[in-house]
Amino acid sequence: VRFVDEFRDPEAARHLVHAIAELAEDAPHRKLMEVCGGHTHTIYRHGLEQLLPPNVELVHGPGCPVCVIPMGRVDDAIHLAERPGVVFTSFGDMMRVPGSGGDSLLAAKARGADVRMVYSPLDALEIARAEPDRQVVFFAVGFETTAPSTAVTLVKAKTFGITNFTAFSNHVVIGPPLQAILGAPDLDLDGFIGPGHVSTVIGTRPYRFVAEDHGKPVVVTGFEPLDILQAVQMLLTQFAEGRCEVENQYTRVVREEGNPRALALLDRVFTLRPHFEWRGMGSLPDSGYGLSEEFADLDAERRFDLPGVRVADPAACQCGEVLVGAIRPWECGVFGTACTPETPIGTCMVSSEGACAAFYTFGRSRHVAVGDDVTALPDDDTALPDGLTAPLPVV
Amino acid sequence: MERDGGPTDREEAVLDRIDRLRRRRPRLTDDTVTLAHGAGGKASAALTDSVFLDAFRNPTLEQLGDAGVVELPSGERLAISTDSFVVNPWRFPGGSIGSLAVHGTVNDLAVAGARPAWLTAGFVLEEGFPIADLREVVREMSEAARQAGVEIVTGDTKVVETGAADGIYINTTGVGVVPAGRRLGPELVRPGDKVLLSGTMGDHGVAVMLARGDLHLDADVVSDSAPLGGLVEAILAAAPGTRWLRDATRGGVGTVVNELAASTQLGVVLAEQALPVRPPVAGACDLLGIDPLYVANEGKLVAVVPAAEARSALTAMQAHDCGHDAAVIGEIREDPAGMVLLATTFGGSRVVDMLVGAPLPRIC
Repeated sequence: VRFVDEFRDPEAARHLVHAIAELAEDAPHRKLMEVCGGHTHTIYRHGLEQLLPPNVELVHGPGCPVCVIPMGRVDDAIHLAERPGVVFTSFGDMMRVPGSGGDSLLAAKARGADVRMVYSPLDALEIARAEPDRQVVFFAVGFETTAPSTAVTLVKAKTFGITNFTAFSNHVVIGPPLQAILGAPDLDLDGFIGPGHVSTVIGTRPYRFVAEDHGKPVVVTGFEPLDILQAVQMLLTQFAEGRCEVENQYTRVVREEGNPRALALLDRVFTLRPHFEWRGMGSLPDSGYGLSEEFADLDAERRFDLPGVRVADPAACQCGEVLVGAIRPWECGVFGTACTPETPIGTCMVSSEGACAAFYTFGRSRHVAVGDDVTALPDDDTALPDGLTAPLPVV
Repeated sequence: MERDGGPTDREEAVLDRIDRLRRRRPRLTDDTVTLAHGAGGKASAALTDSVFLDAFRNPTLEQLGDAGVVELPSGERLAISTDSFVVNPWRFPGGSIGSLAVHGTVNDLAVAGARPAWLTAGFVLEEGFPIADLREVVREMSEAARQAGVEIVTGDTKVVETGAADGIYINTTGVGVVPAGRRLGPELVRPGDKVLLSGTMGDHGVAVMLARGDLHLDADVVSDSAPLGGLVEAILAAAPGTRWLRDATRGGVGTVVNELAASTQLGVVLAEQALPVRPPVAGACDLLGIDPLYVANEGKLVAVVPAAEARSALTAMQAHDCGHDAAVIGEIREDPAGMVLLATTFGGSRVVDMLVGAPLPRIC
């Protein structure tokens, strides 16, 4: 826990903010994309945007695992959950994600489907072990960050011969969406606050193409507010010095080569699908993990018959444009009217890491200067003695 | 997009629209009851408004207070409150469903300004629940009642088949007397008043989550479940001008201050740095991706006190067993009306909204 406090030190923040202001002075307008939903959440939660100079703009990226799941896959998940004899296990965030017609796993659960929230795929495997008569399906989502834990679980299931467990893999990889963003004709970004947790697995090398082929610097960054401020400083320094490199701010966790054991495990358990559909970005080649032949018998997509229907994103929803940083959340036509955290139309409004939910929830309290310390007390305690009631102001 | 000189007009317009939406009471759009309706956030408020309040409407209920305050022909005022307890697991570090069933209800009475006096106890038991465990629950209930100075004066027991309930549920209804001349309520709150919190946030919620065992986390977190009647009397003696009190149970401090902002149509500004949280609670919340502001407490209250009496109130709270870690956490402002802002440690600020849905953990 002290670990956390160390990275939220206001004094260190003031130094960084000062350094950023100096670097930005008389410099051109810079648009920096924070790739991860975790970054977006930290930025809003700590009000970091307000600390940056007006010519340094943060743009939200595609790295929210819940946000990129297309509707068709959610429909498949609901279909699986409603099969008799199935226990459908999912991370909490995914349970509210809308499928077509506004249906969700949470709604399916309320209708009687056995949907259970788990914190780890191993919890799902434990349910399978404890309830051998049920088919336990794990809704596997996430980037290379969470894929290794799904992989470990599948290896365990095989080792212990637990056959009533399957994974419905929706794991995705971070490279292709970055490629897609960089390839867009109207690209308007200057640099990237690169993924933190993903990079603990894949390392920093996979981002070289961003700097080398596309001329945009990347700083792999942690999730504490000070991490993000420091990354902004590092990117601005690269601009000032005319450098364009992949740098690692998150050195306390991320190695250049990543985690070779985790990578080997991913290689064994998963195989890249030729195509995988992303919400709002369409079908991207080599962007999603299916299960390898070795684990075919633990693959929910092969064990059960899935509708597998491609469902178009709701016409009004502009999650796709939000996810690639083309528009800001508030520029979406349904933001804050038809689409709110209570009645989300798009995925970006569901997860606390989604740019829309973060913007809606934490907003930007732009018209109010908080000003003086709100906890300061008057110098003299003028409380009335016992028995007297302070006069009540007239309503 | 231009950011120089502040947000654009269009952004401003969108933000204004959201502000207006925020100030509206939430609407019920669901066809079935989901767990979100029980989480104390927006969905709970929507359900209460459109199902219960619509059907039962009367001036006392419309206050939507923790307790209803009614007047007897003699002029004396009674506070009545009811609460059902379904906590799982029924035993957790720092308490059990038994002690909780007493504390929850007496605290709702206490923050209404009443002196809790009598309780009822209704049990719903699942076939197969061990009698020895029931005895333990009842023993803790009786001990908690004794400590809170209330008598359990009537009760009821129902047994349902296996699977129709989860072990044991308890409902308690409490009645307390509001001393003559005592007045508390959102209509008394004024800009400039100080917001005080009686101690650390989130201890109960995190203790119960950890006790469930499905997180595979170990941390030294104990529920703060405690009767608050004594603390309320101490605050009111030290700061007789106290405007408003609320215990920060389900939905946590974040929800309570939002209710305060909504019912007063004033702004509440909190200072992040001043919010007391125990390190293991902060750590567990960080891991789970939840905000301690929204985690349940069972022995903490939020008080709004005129600035001139805030120091006395704080001193009285800190001198009380249930208020050692009390702090001034914020202030009432004219603007932004009906909203809660948090001044962050870094000098930024953000909105603290009502919680949407159950507090679900983030996944990465």
